[in-house]
Amino acid sequence: MSQRHRLAQGGRIDRTRRLTFTFNGRSYEGHPGDTLASALLANGVTLVARSWKYHRPRGIVACGVEEPNAVVQLETGARTVPNARATEVELYEGLVASSVNCWPGPELDLMAAARLFSRLMPAGFYYKTFMWPKGLWMKYEHYIRKASGLGHSPTEPDPDAYDKMNAHCDVLVAGGGPAGLAAALAAGKAGARVILADQQAEFGGTLLSLRETAIDGIPAAQWAGQAVQRLSAMANVRLLARSTVFGYHDENFLTIAQRRTDHLPPGERSGARERTWRVRAKQVVLATGALERPLVFGDNDLPGVMLASAVSCFTNRHGVRLGGRAVVFTNNDGAYAAALDLHAAGVEVAAVVDARPAPEGALPRLVRDAGIEVVQGAVVTRARGAKRLTGAHVMALDEGGERVHGPVRTIDCDLLAMSGGWSPAVHLHAQSNGRPRYDEARACFVPGASNQAQRSAGACNGRFDLESCLAEGAASGLEAARLACAAALPVAPRHSVSPATREEPLRPLWLVPATQPPGHGAKQFVDPQNDVAASDILLAAREGYRSIEHVKRYTALGFGTDQGKLGNINGMAILAQALGQTIAETGTTTFRPNYTPVTFGAIAGPDLGELFEPVRKTAMHAWHEENGALFENVGQWKRPWYFPRAGEDLHSAVNRECLAARTGVGIMDASTLGKIDIKGPDAATFLNLVYTNAWSKLAVGRCRYGIMLDENGMVMDDGVTTRLGENHFLMTTTTGGAARVMAWLERWLQTEWPHFKVYLTSVTDHLATAAVVGPKSRDVLRAACTDIDFSPEAFPFMSYREGTVAGVHAIVTRISFSGELAYEVNVCANLGRHVWNALIEAGKPFGITPYGTEAMHVLRAEKGFIIVGQDTDGSVTPVDLGMDWIIGKGKDFIGRRSLHRSDTRREDRKQLVGLLTEDPKTVLPEGGQVVKDASAPVPVPMEGHVTSSYFSAFLDRSIALALVKGGAKRHGEEVQVPLADGRVLRATIAPPVFVDAEGARQNV
Amino acid sequence: MLIIPCPWCGPREQTEFAYGGEAHIVRPKDPDALSDEQWGDYVFMRRNPKGRLLEQWAHAFGCRRWFNVERDTVSYAITRVYKPGEPAPEEAR
Ligand SMILES: [Zn+2]
Repeated sequence: MSQRHRLAQGGRIDRTRRLTFTFNGRSYEGHPGDTLASALLANGVTLVARSWKYHRPRGIVACGVEEPNAVVQLETGARTVPNARATEVELYEGLVASSVNCWPGPELDLMAAARLFSRLMPAGFYYKTFMWPKGLWMKYEHYIRKASGLGHSPTEPDPDAYDKMNAHCDVLVAGGGPAGLAAALAAGKAGARVILADQQAEFGGTLLSLRETAIDGIPAAQWAGQAVQRLSAMANVRLLARSTVFGYHDENFLTIAQRRTDHLPPGERSGARERTWRVRAKQVVLATGALERPLVFGDNDLPGVMLASAVSCFTNRHGVRLGGRAVVFTNNDGAYAAALDLHAAGVEVAAVVDARPAPEGALPRLVRDAGIEVVQGAVVTRARGAKRLTGAHVMALDEGGERVHGPVRTIDCDLLAMSGGWSPAVHLHAQSNGRPRYDEARACFVPGASNQAQRSAGACNGRFDLESCLAEGAASGLEAARLACAAALPVAPRHSVSPATREEPLRPLWLVPATQPPGHGAKQFVDPQNDVAASDILLAAREGYRSIEHVKRYTALGFGTDQGKLGNINGMAILAQALGQTIAETGTTTFRPNYTPVTFGAIAGPDLGELFEPVRKTAMHAWHEENGALFENVGQWKRPWYFPRAGEDLHSAVNRECLAARTGVGIMDASTLGKIDIKGPDAATFLNLVYTNAWSKLAVGRCRYGIMLDENGMVMDDGVTTRLGENHFLMTTTTGGAARVMAWLERWLQTEWPHFKVYLTSVTDHLATAAVVGPKSRDVLRAACTDIDFSPEAFPFMSYREGTVAGVHAIVTRISFSGELAYEVNVCANLGRHVWNALIEAGKPFGITPYGTEAMHVLRAEKGFIIVGQDTDGSVTPVDLGMDWIIGKGKDFIGRRSLHRSDTRREDRKQLVGLLTEDPKTVLPEGGQVVKDASAPVPVPMEGHVTSSYFSAFLDRSIALALVKGGAKRHGEEVQVPLADGRVLRATIAPPVFVDAEGARQNV
Repeated sequence: MLIIPCPWCGPREQTEFAYGGEAHIVRPKDPDALSDEQWGDYVFMRRNPKGRLLEQWAHAFGCRRWFNVERDTVSYAITRVYKPGEPAPEEAR
C-alpha cells in the first residue's frame, strides 16, 4: 500500500512512472516531479529526524532551502552527501537516504534519552560546562562531535568531476519565480544579454504551487512554462536551472553553483557533477523571493506542524494529502490560501486561527464562504501529540498581544499550517554591501540602499502580492537592460493577475504568549535545527547578552545548514522584545556567502591533483628519473632529493653522496636557483642599494655573494651575482625566493628609483645549471671543456669564464655552496640535458656521483652556510648570522638604518651558532627547543631553537645549526634540547662552521 | 573581487594584481639623520584611513607595472588611477 497519502489527481508529478527509493532502510515509491520530502510525505512518513540536542521527533516543516529537520545522508560510499535537505533533493530511481541524528532510526531512537536531561541543557550549556575543567574539554568535544546531529563526510576521494565557467552578461537575474521571470522577459525582449538562474529544477518558484491563480488569463504554472519557452527562444538569454546564486561579491561578481547530475541515478550521471559559474554582470536583478516565518508556540516542532506555504506546495505541486484534519494558524491573509488548498484537496479544515481580531480580506472571505470556521483574535498556544501532532490548544489573544486568556479550546488535528508572515530573502542584497532595513509596516527586513549596480524585485523586496511581483520584476528587468545597454527601450509589459491578490496587513506575532512563562511550559522553538527555544534567547538576554551576534553564538541560533533562514528573524524580534528595543535597533546577524551550502568540489572545480599547481621540472629531470632519483618539492620545482643505489636508504645514500663531493667529485642540478639578468648603466648603483655589500668595484668577470634585507633589516634572500660586463650582471636567488625577489627589485625600480636605467629579466627558466663539486671537479671540467683555462691562476675562485661544453656555449662560474673546489656550468636550458650528459661522461673516469638536495644541505651546513627561510625566519639580521663582514660601510642600502635600531642592537638577540651533541651519533630534531636546564620549573626559559641538523659522514658525527640568544658569545656552553618523548639531549654551543673554517678547500 | 583599471592595460580582474599598501611613502634620503622613532614611522606606520586611501598596486600577472590607486576603504570604490611619479590627487592627501 504505497503512497497512501498521494492525492488521486493534480500536481506536477508524473503518476504514470514509479520511482523506488530507500529511506532509513525501508523501500518506498514516488513519482518523477517529487522531491525526497514530498515522496516521504506521500508515503505517510512524517517523522524524519531527531533533533540534535534533545532528540525530539521532527518532521518536514518547509518545502525549500530553509528546511531545518529533513536533513539526510544521501547515498553511501564515495558519493555520499551529508546534510542534504530532503526538500531540495529531486527523487530518482534507486535513491538511498537516511536520517542523520538518530540510531537506529527516528521512530526508535535510543539517543532520545538525552531528552530527559533537557532541563540541564540551557543556552550556553557547552560554554558553561565544557570549558571547565580545562583538561576535560577534549573528552567532551569527542562526545559532542559524535552527537553533533549532522551527517558524515565521505572518507573516499570524490569520484566526480567539477567544472568552472566564466561569463559576462548585461543582466543577471537571480531567482526564476514570478518577479525573476518577468524581469528576464523584459530584459531579454529589450535585447540585453541575460542570465537567469534558479535553484530549482523547474522555473516558476511559487507559481508552481498556485492552484487557481491565472496570469494574463492562463493558469500560473502554465504561464511560467510559456515564459520559459519564450526565454529559451531568445538567443541572448541563458537559462540556468538547478543553479543557486550563492555569492554576491564586489563589482557585480556573482558565483552560481549549477548542479548538473545530482537529480539522476548515479549510474546515469556523466560529465561534471557541478559547474561553478563566475559571472560579471553589468546589472543585477535580485528576485530571490521570501521565506515564510514559522510561529513560535509550545511544542511547535511536532511532526505535522508545517509552514502554510509548504502545505500549499506539497498539496498543489506534489499532490500529497498531508493529513486528515487540519488547523491553519496565521497572523496574515496569505495562509488562508493553504486552507483553501487543503479544502480543495479534500482535507477537512477544522479551523483557521487568526491572531488578528477581525480579518476581513478577500481570502478570509473565501474561506468563510467555503464553510471553514475562522477563530479570530486567537492563537494556538500549544501543539499536542507525542511523535505526531494530534491536536492544538487555542486561546484568545489580548489586544496588546502579550497575554492569552479565556478557556483553552482543544481542536483535534493531524496537520497544522502556520504562517507568521514573510521575510524577504535579502541575503544577496546584504552580501552586495547593501544594508537591509526594517520595515515596520510590513514587519520584515527589506533591501536598503544598494551599493552596487543591482536592484531587488518582488517578494525579496517586500512585495508579497503576485501582481506587484510581476510588475516590479518587469520594470526592474527593463531598467537593468536600459542601464546595461545604454539604450532607449520600450515600456515594461504589464501582467494581469486573477483573482486579485491584495492582502490586509498582518499582525506581528513573534512569540505566542502561553499560560506559563517561557522556559516553564512546553518548549517554543525558534530554530528547530539547533534546538534553540525562545527561553534560550530570553536567558541569554537575562545573562547580559545585548548584541544579536553574541546571542547567536551563545545560543547557536542561526547556525547549521539553514543558517537561520527559518528562525533568525523571530529570534531577533524576541531578543528585541526582551531588551526593550526595536527590531531595527537589534538588527540582523551578518548575511555571508554562501546562500546555501556549496560542495567543496564546486569550489575547487578542476583545480585538483595535477592541476592544483603547476609543476616545474628542470631540463635534466628525465635523467634524474632514469637514474633513480627521489624528488622533493621546492616551491613548484621538483628537485632530486637523493639518488639511492640498490639497498640504500636515505642516510646511506646521502652519506655516500656527501663523501663523493668531499673526496672525489659530485654533480648536482642547480637549475632551479632563481636567475635575474640585470642590465643598464645604473645596475651597479642599484645592486649597492639592494644588497648589503658593495658592488661598484667588483671587476668584470668576478662573482660575489650578496645578502638582501627588507627595510626592517631582516634577511630576505641571498645568492651569488656575477658581473658579466660593465653594465651587465647575472643575479642568482634562492629557489623559493626567485619570484619574490624579482617583484621586490621591480617595485623599487618602478616606484622609488624610476630614474635608474636598469632593466631586469627573469632568466630562471632560460638557463640550465649543473654544479660540479669536489677536489676532482677541475679534472672533469678540463675533460668537458677545452676552450677555458681552468688553472687556479687563470680561473680563480669567485670568477667566471665563457667557453664551450659539448659544443654548447656555457657560462662557467667558479663558486661553491659546499666549501669544495666547484664549478657551475650554465647553458641554454633547451640543451641542458645534452650538456649534463657530457659532464657525466667526462666525469666517469673520476667516479662522478650525482647528488640531491639532501646532500647539498649537509655539505652547506658543514660549512655553516645558511638557507634563507630555514636558518632565518624573517626576524634575523645579518649581524645575528655573524655576517658583519658583508655589511658595507659608507653606503646606504635597503634595511641598513634598521640595523642600528635599539632592538636590532640588542646583545641577547638570537644568533646563529653550531651545536655539537654529546653523543656524536644523535641527530637533534630540527625545530627542537634549546634550554639551559630542561628540569627547571615550568615554564622553562627558551634559549633558542635548532634550525638545521644532519649527520655528517665526513666528520662522522652529527652537526646542527641553531639560533640561540646571545649565542655568538656562548661558544663552549652546554645546553639541552628536551624532546617530546621526555628524553633530554645534551649539546655544546660551537662556531657554526664545522669543516675547513679557513676556507682552504675551495681555494685550490 | 574588484575590477582594477590598470593605467597601461585597462580594467582587469583583481586576481591579476598584487597589493602594495599606502602610496607616497617616500624613502628617506638620509636615513642616518632620522631618530629610531622617525625611521620606525617610515618602515611601519601607515595612515589606515576609513575612507579615501592612495595606495600602490602592481599588475603582477599582466604588464608587471606598479601604479597608484585612489580607493575608498569602506565602499572599495576606485575613483582614480595614476602612474608612479604623477602627483597625488590633492583632496585625498
Ligand atoms: Zn597592466
